[in-house]
Amino acid sequence: MSVLVDDDTRVVVQGITGGEGKFHAEQMMEYGTNIVAGAVPGKGGQEVEGVPVYDTVHEAVDEENADTSVIFVPPAFAGDAVFEALDTDLDLAVAITEGIPTQDMARVNKRLSETDTRLIGPNCPGLITPGEAKLGILPGNIFAEGNVGLVSRSGTLTYQVVDSLTNRGIGQTTAIGIGGDPIIGTDFVDALELFENDDDTDAIVMCGEIGGEDEEEAAAFIDENVDTPVAGFIAGRTAPPGKRMGHAGAIVSGSGTGTAESKISALNDAGVPVGDTPEEVADHIEEFLG
Amino acid sequence: MKLHEYQAKQVFADAGIPTPESQLASDVDGVLTAAREIGYPVAVKAQVQVGGRGKAGGIELVDDDDEAREAAESIIGMDLKGYRVDQVLVEGAVDFVDELYVGITMDRGEGKPVAMVSTKGGVNIEEVAEEDPDAIAREHIDPSFGMHPYQARKAVYDAGVDGAVARDVSNVLMTLYDLWENRDGSDAEINPLMVTGDDEVIAADAVMNIDEDALFRQPELAEMEAEAAGSGDELEQKADEYGFDYVRLEGNTGIIGNGAGLVMTTLDLVDHYGGEPANFLDVGGGAKAERIANALDMVFSDDNVDSVVFNIFGGITRGDEVARGINEALEQFDEIPKPVVVRLAGTNWEEGMEILNEDLVTVEQTLEDAVQRAVEYAEEVNDQ
Repeated sequence: MSVLVDDDTRVVVQGITGGEGKFHAEQMMEYGTNIVAGAVPGKGGQEVEGVPVYDTVHEAVDEENADTSVIFVPPAFAGDAVFEALDTDLDLAVAITEGIPTQDMARVNKRLSETDTRLIGPNCPGLITPGEAKLGILPGNIFAEGNVGLVSRSGTLTYQVVDSLTNRGIGQTTAIGIGGDPIIGTDFVDALELFENDDDTDAIVMCGEIGGEDEEEAAAFIDENVDTPVAGFIAGRTAPPGKRMGHAGAIVSGSGTGTAESKISALNDAGVPVGDTPEEVADHIEEFLG
Repeated sequence: MKLHEYQAKQVFADAGIPTPESQLASDVDGVLTAAREIGYPVAVKAQVQVGGRGKAGGIELVDDDDEAREAAESIIGMDLKGYRVDQVLVEGAVDFVDELYVGITMDRGEGKPVAMVSTKGGVNIEEVAEEDPDAIAREHIDPSFGMHPYQARKAVYDAGVDGAVARDVSNVLMTLYDLWENRDGSDAEINPLMVTGDDEVIAADAVMNIDEDALFRQPELAEMEAEAAGSGDELEQKADEYGFDYVRLEGNTGIIGNGAGLVMTTLDLVDHYGGEPANFLDVGGGAKAERIANALDMVFSDDNVDSVVFNIFGGITRGDEVARGINEALEQFDEIPKPVVVRLAGTNWEEGMEILNEDLVTVEQTLEDAVQRAVEYAEEVNDQ
């Protein structure tokens, strides 16, 4: 079983006629994802690998009953593409695009709060329910069906940890790459809540990294609301302090959050063991599952 | 992307924020000419993009030609936290009674812009935030409406700014927000915003950082970046030219990978196995052979590097492209400058393994093995 995506999900790919959009639409279909339409302004009437393309997401929803969008639109237009997805009242929109200006995402974020659509990303690898469907660019072959939910801010780190799990015969319910941008849709807390409420998820991996306070918030949420065992990983323990943090950004909160130490100790305090290496994360999951 | 102080001041001044009279200079004569034209006392300020310039000797207040000459000689050409000073801003000194802080940034936790005002300006505002967070008034802004004037007033009154200048400070804050929004700022700050005895406000410093992802719609600022690229760490400049996310560190194990999270994890593992990372280098997603070759060139250019670990987990990046790039980069050497350990996984890793020339690199199957081997190589060099 799964959260958010399964083999009933009806997908429209925004940007399906572009290089990335076409390549990954094919990869997704090969994996078994039910792609029902593409949406690209000016390309309505075309077909990509047998998939009908429409000029607007509205048409794709009206004609093909799409309920989910995966967005492969270049960064300058991606904010607008997400607005379009939100305007059609989809269940889910997944924005893969890297490099969307942060102010565009702030406006998207505001609009998002007024709709019922869930957004994953941007700048993320997407999500996958092994054996059923993948939405995004994740390499399908490293995943296996199973009972571990995974949520991560980093794409390649997701692959690394999944590899460690799958190599030991531990499969996944759903793996969600939420993206590492400053402003994202679904965050750790949202994903943890989904996994906590999923009967088939028996353990959760949460991969975070330095910067921001999302992991600290997630730790507080786990402490209060999550009974499913969680193992963590935090990337960037050796990153030099102050190298990347914007000046004003660092004074918004004025507290010592955002560092690896702060995140690890918050997670430990919430009863979440944090692995020093991806293999150690898999060790913890193995222990949880007995 | 960070604008230099003189560039940010120009942007602020063009928008109507009062700034002191100033001129840019790059040698002693230039400083003297500028200082005489502006009139003493003046401040001579190093134009490098690091914080804490004053404490590091990069800002001097001078009263006459002799002092100006001395300051120019000591500052121009100095090494300021790893950056060579090529230019100084000569600026009329402001006689102030108060120093304020005003700033606009994105509060990522809230997903909204935030305006900040404090009467504790002129000092390290990060320390104020840490020790006395209530001394900074904060006002969140709905990005779909922009900042309303009442919000600017509220922040100014909440901070306890003197009523005599409240209106002017509010106006500065409104202008700063408009700049931040229209120029795609990530941070826009004035610290200090000086208040004179005549109740005038003057921006004595200026910080404007631009969202790199939005430079495509800020051509004028992108040009400033090209202009500013004349100073700074040589390797970091090279990384800019190649378009890599790169941070130079103190250690001797060079690190190349794809995706910030995985590269940071590789750094952490080098540390975990007793080594010291020499750098952070993320080739990004979907890197082609040439980009991979450039990454190796980058890391080989760092004299501190004794070994290199190449860690690629392909998703959108393809193992065969990576392998071709590694071969291309290494085949041009008669002797490989530093030992290279490669670990390939994910998309097309098997094709990559077949392509990789194993006479040139050490191949490891797992991340852990690759990192340990690279750390061993670096240690061997150190033992010699």
